Amino acid sequence: MSVRLRIIAAIKQIAEEQKVTLPPLTDDLSLHETGFDSLAFAILVARLEDDLGTDPFTLSEDAAFPHTIGDFIRAYENVPA
Amino acid sequence: MSPREIFALRDRLGPVTGRTISDPRHIVALSALAMQSCLGGRGSELAGRSVLLATSGQLLAGLAMIEIDGVARRMLLCPPDLKDDHLASIVGDAGIDAVVTDQPERFGNLDGDLLFPVALPQPVENRVQSARATEWLMLTSGTSGVPKIVGHTLEGLCGAIVGDSPAPGAAIPVWATFYDIRRYGGLQIFLRAMVGGGTMVLSDPGEALADHVSRLKARGVTHMSGTPSHWRKLLMSGAASGFAPRYVRLSGEIADQAVLDGLSHAFPVASIGHAYASTEAGVGFAVNDGKEGFPAALLGQAGAVDMKVVDGSLRIRSKRAAHAYVGRNAAALTDDNGFVDTGDMVELRGDRYYFVGRRNGIINVGGLKVHPEEIESVINSHPDVRMSRAKSRRSPITGGIVVADVVLAEGSDVARGDAIRNEILGECRAKLATHKVPAMIRFVAALDVTAAGKLARADA
Repeated sequence: MSVRLRIIAAIKQIAEEQKVTLPPLTDDLSLHETGFDSLAFAILVARLEDDLGTDPFTLSEDAAFPHTIGDFIRAYENVPA
Repeated sequence: MSPREIFALRDRLGPVTGRTISDPRHIVALSALAMQSCLGGRGSELAGRSVLLATSGQLLAGLAMIEIDGVARRMLLCPPDLKDDHLASIVGDAGIDAVVTDQPERFGNLDGDLLFPVALPQPVENRVQSARATEWLMLTSGTSGVPKIVGHTLEGLCGAIVGDSPAPGAAIPVWATFYDIRRYGGLQIFLRAMVGGGTMVLSDPGEALADHVSRLKARGVTHMSGTPSHWRKLLMSGAASGFAPRYVRLSGEIADQAVLDGLSHAFPVASIGHAYASTEAGVGFAVNDGKEGFPAALLGQAGAVDMKVVDGSLRIRSKRAAHAYVGRNAAALTDDNGFVDTGDMVELRGDRYYFVGRRNGIINVGGLKVHPEEIESVINSHPDVRMSRAKSRRSPITGGIVVADVVLAEGSDVARGDAIRNEILGECRAKLATHKVPAMIRFVAALDVTAAGKLARADA
């Protein structure tokens, strides 16, 4: 499964656990509009670290937290393996 | 010095016939101690001195306690895991001027005439007599920094031991504990055995659990204490079958309903209770109704122990409490009204208080506070779980999130792992606020338990 698909699957899993109804996950959807709170994002980042072996938001201190789903996914895709 | 008679431990042993103190290698008869010394007959040289009791094992420590109490001015019980780096400051703070040890190499830089070798008892001409009330010093089991030195008296230490002596002709109670007797919880049991007419079966850290239980069975142990973590390990090992103590006590950590129920299932005829005690506050109370928490009615009752809850933490004023921290920069042990702040946080639900965790063990999830113990209590209520540890995992977004390590009960179907995980999480979501629900649950084979018998929480 690609990084993108794994991220989408993780987002859907957490939405189900947190009883969040997600809008369609398009690249230009802002993270705010997903309905996730900071706890949900914290869980997402931790699970992706276990799944993908990286946490791009802790690795680079100056990296701004992404604004859209597309930015978020690219943060993972751009990490050198 | 008060004119009243001095009663030291040796004077409080009562009838000694048939009673012993034993470890895996040796059995010492209490009846022989009247004519024997484990200090080579040099006990009288300790008169009025401040003694560090630093032995490799518990048997020599217990025997030396009986011989030194009533003779020395002070006796500091050195727990087995005391770091050498901390030793020097403790020796200085307690004003130590004599060391009773079977490990002289550990004190190589000390003047030779300060060292008193200790060994199994040998016959001697003269035994020393009690001449003063010795101050008993113990160390706190905090996980970080130099342990604090806490001062007790034998009277205070024995304050919760009442009416435990067997009737003449009744069977001698055989006491055992998973604790080391140089810590508060273990010392309570040792003193109960000694003052209460019993026999003592000591634990040994080098002994496998199954061997320990065989020995408990062989020596006919009737009374046993330990932390919930100790007992969970015993239940998990499957070694408990055939062991039938009639008195089972838990202390030192929160006894949740799951471990209480697990023990009453394993030991159907035993009286099972949990006690609240700490090195500083002494024995607070015992709860024997088989339920977690304690009745709110215990607060504000007149008696030996006075308790109240301030800012969520349990405060205790008691004759059994330590009288002071000892040392050059020692903090005050009590507030102006004589209450010890235990740092144990409690919550009132209905007519009972429940322990929710330690004040300094709080996990911070985006500014919201979480006690790991309240999460563990929910996880442990799952029938397939034996023990668990909730902890903080660093997060770039909320600072921390809650994750949990879980040990499955013996005989649980590992293939059902995913289903069990979902059931645990379902239970957590039903009972806990969202930020307290573990973001991840990992199954592990075992969880570390500290030398003091408590779940290790050092990393986070």
